[in-house]
Amino acid sequence: MDNQIVLQMNHIMKIYGNGVVANEDVSLELRKGEIHALLGENGAGKSTLMKVLFGIEAPDQGEILLNGQQTTIRSPQDAISKGIGMVHQHFMLVPSLTVAENIILGVAPKKGPFIDMDKAVEAASNIAREYNFDIDVRQKVEEIPVGIKQKVEILKALYRGAEILILDEPTAVLTPQETEELFVQLMKLREKGHTIIFISHKLDEIKQICNRATIMRNGKSMGTYEVADISTQEMSRLMVGREVSLKFDKKEQHLTDNVFLKVRNLTVHNSQGVLKVDDLSFDLKGGEILGIAGVEGNGQTELVDTLTGLNKRYKGTIQLKGTDIAAASIQAIRDMKLANIPEDRMTSGCAGTLSIQENLFSNQYRSEKYSGRFFMKKKAIESRSDELIKEYLIKCKSRKQNVGMLSGGNIQKVIVAREFSTGPDIIIANQPTRGIDVGAAAFIRKRLLEFRDAGCAILLISADLTEIFSLSDRLAVMYKGKFAGFFTDVEHVTEDELGQHMLGIKHDDVLEGVMYE
Amino acid sequence: MSSAKRFEILRTVFAVVVALAISFVIIFLVSEQPLEAIKQLLTGPLTSKRNFGNVLESMIPLIFTGTGVCIMFSANQINLASEGAFHIGGLIATCVAINMTARFVSPVTAMICAGLAGALFTAIPAIMKITTSAPELVSSLMINYIALYFGNYMLNNVIGDPRASAASYVLSDASKLPVWLSRTRVHVGFFIAIGVAVLGYIFLYRTKMGYELRLTGENGEFAKYSGINIIKVIMVSQLLGGFVAGLGGGVEMLSPIYQRFTWTALLGYGWDAIVICTLAKKNPLYTPFAALFLAYLRTGASIMSRRTDVTLEIVQITQGIIIMLVVAEQFLSKYKHKMIAKEAKAALKEEEVA
Repeated sequence: MDNQIVLQMNHIMKIYGNGVVANEDVSLELRKGEIHALLGENGAGKSTLMKVLFGIEAPDQGEILLNGQQTTIRSPQDAISKGIGMVHQHFMLVPSLTVAENIILGVAPKKGPFIDMDKAVEAASNIAREYNFDIDVRQKVEEIPVGIKQKVEILKALYRGAEILILDEPTAVLTPQETEELFVQLMKLREKGHTIIFISHKLDEIKQICNRATIMRNGKSMGTYEVADISTQEMSRLMVGREVSLKFDKKEQHLTDNVFLKVRNLTVHNSQGVLKVDDLSFDLKGGEILGIAGVEGNGQTELVDTLTGLNKRYKGTIQLKGTDIAAASIQAIRDMKLANIPEDRMTSGCAGTLSIQENLFSNQYRSEKYSGRFFMKKKAIESRSDELIKEYLIKCKSRKQNVGMLSGGNIQKVIVAREFSTGPDIIIANQPTRGIDVGAAAFIRKRLLEFRDAGCAILLISADLTEIFSLSDRLAVMYKGKFAGFFTDVEHVTEDELGQHMLGIKHDDVLEGVMYE
Repeated sequence: MSSAKRFEILRTVFAVVVALAISFVIIFLVSEQPLEAIKQLLTGPLTSKRNFGNVLESMIPLIFTGTGVCIMFSANQINLASEGAFHIGGLIATCVAINMTARFVSPVTAMICAGLAGALFTAIPAIMKITTSAPELVSSLMINYIALYFGNYMLNNVIGDPRASAASYVLSDASKLPVWLSRTRVHVGFFIAIGVAVLGYIFLYRTKMGYELRLTGENGEFAKYSGINIIKVIMVSQLLGGFVAGLGGGVEMLSPIYQRFTWTALLGYGWDAIVICTLAKKNPLYTPFAALFLAYLRTGASIMSRRTDVTLEIVQITQGIIIMLVVAEQFLSKYKHKMIAKEAKAALKEEEVA
């Protein structure tokens, strides 16, 4: 491999329309024929940097040099014409068209005004053969599995002459076997002289196929390293910015006898009729944090939606403080002092175009403290808003600022402030610290522990294992809608053991007496 | 004031200026006497009491439908039936006013009935949405024609005066709204309109229900998650919006402008309401100002068309350009981004110092 530099991005700054600084000062340098990892936590700014490179977003500062020449990339078309291709996490394919049609889309061989279909099929199969991709180009995209769809995406980029290929978390949607296959293909592409940017936060994958890695944290680059020379521990330290094992001074547990939540034989199908929660039973008592670990998409979302009343179509029983919630409205469930930190803060956690104040009371404006028969009590709401902003250290100009203008961490604090300020008995926290800065995350975790010590029952769903380990009193692993593992002695569980349950390799069957009495 | 709000105001003002500038260019292109035309357009309404009276008088229906649309759009219910509700309001007010002759009772009853009719009318798309998830945008758009032809049917078969052509019986004197500005047609409906705008504001921004409406309008998922009854919001917003639009139709019909119901076409106040709502940023409190602007422009254009060779339709162009520029998200977005980036950078510096 020669060390010719094909691309340099220097001191890129990108500020989004809501004032969030996604990239503060990021530099990236690519050598020809390398697989270069772009590594960072959610919200570190990886995707933003790639959007800048692919011409989707214009940078506010900084320069891009392509083969030593300074250049501006105005649009994805422009990026493609300059030899940059991108495979998005969510595929950009037309499902009703064939593989060949998708590959040639927009750059089709023409016969007069019409597309020359024969030539298209030929061109598509040629490129598939050239890169050793075993695909039938006549198949419709809607009929092929995810792994193949990804290959089509890669071929699409190659057909357009991509020399630099950006892969945004390509393994997130793949099975382990598909991942292996992808890696073989990527290494072949590297041999042919293509340069690949591999976005990931999975350290073992990076170790496996990448030459160098640029690590990002909080919108800044933490440096570029030869993968062979850096340990995974060191990588994760640079990525997270702290020692991975984060200890809290967790007080001794005082479990109460109040069974706040009693779930029996809960079965939920999603709107497509797919079984998402499969005959689940558990109890949740005051004074404990029950952690639910698991790879996303194993029914956690459906479980939470059902427990909080958003989804009413389920079998089995759910009792909240002894009351069956089958017929209870979301309002009635919330009035039973249930707080809910939602998984996706922008979709259901707040209204970005309304002020912080308006967002802080959506769950409690009905209370006598804040409204009368018809009118809101403006003064009470205003002074309480200021109190909450102070108490929860929400960084903002004033309570009148729109929530959408805040950073992710501060938006999350607004949500947490709202949910916690009602004095809840039960808290359902779904990914409460996802994609937010370390300070805000630690703050929220500390609060959760305080509520536990005060006798609150907490259900914590998290993909962050550190979080799960440091907070949970009991721990269950969700796999394909079932609890595949459970641990009461959380301190002595290893990540490896948990991982095996998360992947469905290990499976515990007897839940009675552990998850419920 | 936050930079985002400041920017919105700036953008609206700028849109108006650009739209007027383009209209002036067109006037210069087509007119033999462009300077005179522009002068009449801009100052015409101020030249006499009667002319300014015209401005105030034509503000009235705009404030009503504008407020109605503000309420519905605040809940993100894009119901365009305020046009039909206004029409039905006028029709029902007529039915009451030709039959009742009691002072005070007659106009009040007529107005209340007009409002109720409007509410029932806009509720139809709402009910269709709740029960069959038919998008209210489409159903409300089409239902306006039902209002129009129902009005025509009533005019031909029920309330039509056989001695007049395409007109109802004369409205009773007792039911007419009195003029309060002598030598103009500005009637007490003006105060009712202002009152409705203020009440609309209080409703949306001070009451529990209004809060629920706006929360649902800005993010329905979030409202649902918070425990708000979305169905209730959909219904209430459209019932109220229709009530206000229908009331507007009633007030207009009882004004000194009309003696009989003669509406054989839709008057377009429902469409204008969208302009008003856009300019007022969905806040009813600003509708009188938006209505003043539009009414002024139209009165000016009407004077201009009478005194010069430029036709009335020029305001339609002005109006169209304003709307396009105000709703165009990307208009001046570079400037907005610069403003925001500057603030963000300043915040970063502050952090470093701290």
